[in-house]
Amino acid sequence: MNGIHDMGGMTCFGPVKPEENEPVFHAEWEKRMFAMTMLGMGQLDTLDGFRHAVERMDPAHYLSSTYYEHWLAALETLALEKGLLTPEELATGTATETGKEAEGPLPPEAVSAVVHAGAPTNRETGRLTPRFKAGNRVQARNLNPTGHTRLPRYVRGKNGVIAQVHGTFVYPDTNAHGKGEQPQPLYSVCFDAHELWGPDVSGADSLYIDLWEDYLDPA
Amino acid sequence: MGNEHSHGSSAHSAPPNPYLEKHTTPEQTEALEKRVRTLESLLIKKGLVSAETLDKMVETYENDIGPLNGAKVVARAWVDPAYKERLLKDATPAIAELGFSGLQGEHMVVVENTPSVHNLVVCTLCSCYPWPVLGLPPAWFKEAAYRSRSVVDPRGVLHDFGLTLDESVAIKVWDSSAEIRYMVLPERPAGTEGMSEEELVALVTRDAMLGVTKAESRVA
Repeated sequence: MNGIHDMGGMTCFGPVKPEENEPVFHAEWEKRMFAMTMLGMGQLDTLDGFRHAVERMDPAHYLSSTYYEHWLAALETLALEKGLLTPEELATGTATETGKEAEGPLPPEAVSAVVHAGAPTNRETGRLTPRFKAGNRVQARNLNPTGHTRLPRYVRGKNGVIAQVHGTFVYPDTNAHGKGEQPQPLYSVCFDAHELWGPDVSGADSLYIDLWEDYLDPA
Repeated sequence: MGNEHSHGSSAHSAPPNPYLEKHTTPEQTEALEKRVRTLESLLIKKGLVSAETLDKMVETYENDIGPLNGAKVVARAWVDPAYKERLLKDATPAIAELGFSGLQGEHMVVVENTPSVHNLVVCTLCSCYPWPVLGLPPAWFKEAAYRSRSVVDPRGVLHDFGLTLDESVAIKVWDSSAEIRYMVLPERPAGTEGMSEEELVALVTRDAMLGVTKAESRVA
């Protein structure tokens, strides 16, 4: 989706403003929102589906709200869409029925193991033989899907070089939409700054981005 | 953008934008807090989470997982050439040697700064960040100014952090668009030859491991 989240290359947002001695969280509600998402989101959707729920926020609201409000909006969206909550329940705060409790909540003592194990997205299944190898010249396809994608606008149609083959990884464009993981090769692709931004930027600079095989053509 | 135009000037000439200011009046914050409380009580009633487990998750990222982890990795690489080689070749198991692994760091790549190459990490599409080594990202990493401008004007963004690089230094910007997570191995500062690994850890900042600053020879 060509949404407001796809902001690479825009220059209208002013200077970066680092905060001195920034705390991990700025408010109690941010803590709760962070933890709810970490523990609840996986029971509703994939991480790709969650990212897409953030991307579907009203664009003006996306820009005017802070990070954990994005998470709140996305988690509410998914809870409604997946049928966990009704609009009435969200409005009143009163649950009309308990959940199915198929798994039940994770106990506190299990948190450390979950955090340290992580959730790898490389796969031994799917498309295992890469079409490209390091050094191959490629062109990012000019694709404008209406759903989730990790192919940002600023590289579409641009020529680059395969820097590294990462292996076979879950494909977000299908995984975000309940169409399965459909794993395929993922590459680190290097683009010259001049190719992306024209002649006025430093020719010494370059941009590396991770792109799935279906985002690329031979150049 | 030429050199004279890249030193943050695009930032200063940016037009006024109502969306640059976050909507955080007391009323708006109160409304947010209420929505979050409501969602938490509903998720608990539906059996997805428990209050105790939420507390434990918050504690983990407030106290246990932060940039000190990454600083230990960097300091080890500075003093142990064999470790540095393993780290740059296959970062995930090398980082796990020091006990750091997990969510948002399942597939790590470490890129090395040298006198001629400077690396900068960004996620333009959301806010992907290497949690096991750096903890949760600072607000500026997640906001529009950094996400948008780092790829088109990295030298201007570095200028916002007080770092001006010579034109001959090649900047490599890493846009974390997939599940690979990037960390910068900063240059070891001159004048630190006699320092122990433990002393070096204190010199490694979060910002240096993202590439927005350099590591300095004394603690700021």
